[in-house]
Amino acid sequence: MSYTNEDGAMLTADGQPLKRSLATALRRQKIRALLLISPLLIFVLITFLFPIGSMLFRSVENHIVAEILPDTVVALATWDGKSGELPDESIYAAFAGDIQRAAITKSHTRVGLRLNYEKSGSASLFKKTARQAKKWDLETDAPFKEKLIAAHKGWGEVEIWQTLKTHSSRYTAGYFLNAVDMRKTQDGPEFQPENRQILIKLFQRTLIMSLLITLACITLGYPVAWLLANLPRRQSNLLMILVLLPFWTSLLVRTSAWKVMLQQQGVINDILVALGMVEETGRLIMINNQFGTIVAMTHILLPFMILPMYSVMQTIQPTYLQAAKSLGATNWTAFWRVYFPQSVPGIGAGSILVFILSIGYYITPEIVGGNKGVFISNRIAYHIFQSMNWGLAAALGTILLAIVLILYWAYDKVVGIDNVKLGG
Amino acid sequence: MKSKTSENDAFVTFDRVQKSYDGLSLVVKDLNLSMPRGEFLTMLGPSGSGKTTCLMMLAGFETATHGDIMLDGTSINNIPPHKRGIGMVFQNYALFPHMTVAENLAFPLEVRKIGKSEREAKVKRALEMVQMGDFGGRRPAQLSGGQQQRVALARALVFEAELVLMDEPLGALDKQLREHMQFEIKRIAENLGITVVYVTHDQTEALTMSDRVAVFNDGRIQQLAPPAELYESPQNSFVAQFIGENNTLDGLVKEISNGMALVQLDDGKMINCNPVNVTKAGERTRVSIRPERVEFSKDRMEPGAHTLTAEVLEFIYMGDMFRTRLRVAGNDNFIVKTRNAPNQVQLEPGAHVEIGWLPSDCRALDA
Repeated sequence: MSYTNEDGAMLTADGQPLKRSLATALRRQKIRALLLISPLLIFVLITFLFPIGSMLFRSVENHIVAEILPDTVVALATWDGKSGELPDESIYAAFAGDIQRAAITKSHTRVGLRLNYEKSGSASLFKKTARQAKKWDLETDAPFKEKLIAAHKGWGEVEIWQTLKTHSSRYTAGYFLNAVDMRKTQDGPEFQPENRQILIKLFQRTLIMSLLITLACITLGYPVAWLLANLPRRQSNLLMILVLLPFWTSLLVRTSAWKVMLQQQGVINDILVALGMVEETGRLIMINNQFGTIVAMTHILLPFMILPMYSVMQTIQPTYLQAAKSLGATNWTAFWRVYFPQSVPGIGAGSILVFILSIGYYITPEIVGGNKGVFISNRIAYHIFQSMNWGLAAALGTILLAIVLILYWAYDKVVGIDNVKLGG
Repeated sequence: MKSKTSENDAFVTFDRVQKSYDGLSLVVKDLNLSMPRGEFLTMLGPSGSGKTTCLMMLAGFETATHGDIMLDGTSINNIPPHKRGIGMVFQNYALFPHMTVAENLAFPLEVRKIGKSEREAKVKRALEMVQMGDFGGRRPAQLSGGQQQRVALARALVFEAELVLMDEPLGALDKQLREHMQFEIKRIAENLGITVVYVTHDQTEALTMSDRVAVFNDGRIQQLAPPAELYESPQNSFVAQFIGENNTLDGLVKEISNGMALVQLDDGKMINCNPVNVTKAGERTRVSIRPERVEFSKDRMEPGAHTLTAEVLEFIYMGDMFRTRLRVAGNDNFIVKTRNAPNQVQLEPGAHVEIGWLPSDCRALDA
């Protein structure tokens, strides 16, 4: 009896195609497996993928102007902003209708706030105008050009109309331009004025400081991980507890502790003064600057470096070093040529972990960073809580996410993600 | 045979070596051993007998607590492992996983600052010696166990060490491959004229490969002898039990005369033995007889020798051999091995037979 059909596909003993038979046999298992993981799947969807998706969307979404001033947006489409002339009466009339309706629903403040990101003074312009517009009769009070200019002289300037037109599309790249210190104008993107350029600098600082923190963690963590992997069990268990201890202490407490340690009247300065290494008048400034951020974050992120390194080093058998020595290698050569290359996957895993955690870090730089030591995440928080510019915050967050993904991809290309081990 | 050696031409010498890890007990107790150049010596023993510790002391990974280890006449106690120039093959091969086979072999040459062209020639020669010439570009993980074993051997030999240590190198291989590699290692060692110290707990391996075998137990060498002597003339009960299969009967020495001992077994029967480890009448003794030296057909026994009555308990057909379990003098585990020859007798369970042996094969050892 043949177990293949005319195409050469495998058949089961009773003539069914083997593939279909296998799929049927596995279906029940697959469904059960899916059911088992479904709580987690739903949880991840709701708490992780959906918020990220909504953030990504918010960074390009720009419906406020088009939604609250619909007629104006339509009318402005025919106006050439570059001409330098004020729009004609029809546009003013359309705007008067829009602003009156907005004033009644009190949604005018949202447009005002939205345009205020682009042109300061817009918020009060809208507030004042709306107050007036409520009293107008749209049928009889024409022409509105004079009325609006009378309500606020801002309406007699071309800039506000240009801003309105530029930011009237439903989707915009404006937030991303803002996020890299540029702005959208009617002539296309251009750089912000010098005194408003801050974000690129912040991105650079975040990346450089994260890199420094990662390097510091490698330097400090490698010997500790080595000890963990090579000490007798009793001692390594004790050391492991010391490594994990910070995990059991609140992040805020640890960061505040650094404040106590590093401040000018703090423990370290006191000791240095007592030892006579530093003058009473020349106490070191170690907090509220980049130094403070790097020290505190290195301490906080160190376990994330040590643990992956340790789990990789644990798998490197001591016989490799013995073999290297029996082959004539000195201690250093044996370490550098044989042990170290095998521990690189652990360094890689730890570095990715620490670097990614640190470029998104918020609390520690906020507390010990001062002005010079804050990260891009602190700026994001500022736009979320204070300036209420969520679009910009979302764009900054999206860029941060993209940087992480690009670095991850680059790491995969250079080192190979298979070379990253968290254990085993 | 290269077993007999005088002190002057000893290549490796352990002189009253002791080793303790905790300062309370000795793992190696008063070890004395000397090996001539070119010898293949196996350290055989159960785990925890101190054999691996001895090897590690020789390699330099452990320091002797007391005594001297000499290599070619000079003490190496204070020489670090990388300056000893001893090749070593590890149990798990310890091939560097991030290097190719050729890089692994080049490593000892590189650290010795040997030029590139010479290095390549030596690596090639070493790989060909173990029939792995085509595998230089592979990673250890892409090789089978046997191939890794060959590479590990080549790496230990590539820098022309005169002394090579092997720590249970064949432990991870399956039976057939192991037997093949035993032969291979032996051949290469003989061709190169290197001195080998080989550690194993597999007695067959020890017997088939070695010039001499040192049987370790309890931190001491129990017997150091060529394989045949070890098997034929074990010096004490431990060696007799550990090497090969062995039947034992306990008894009391009645009389020793003319190099012959008369032993009364615990059930009262008398037998003639070869007194190996007993010196005077009245001592307790354990008598040892190899299963293949037991006879049960009258015409093959020496006339006048004592015989014992045995009850056949079990007959096991093993292909080339028959294995018969008997009850002899109260011992239910008395084994007799007979060759599967055309006219061989097959004993039926329940039958009673007379068994006997040459008195010289029956060795009275320590109880």
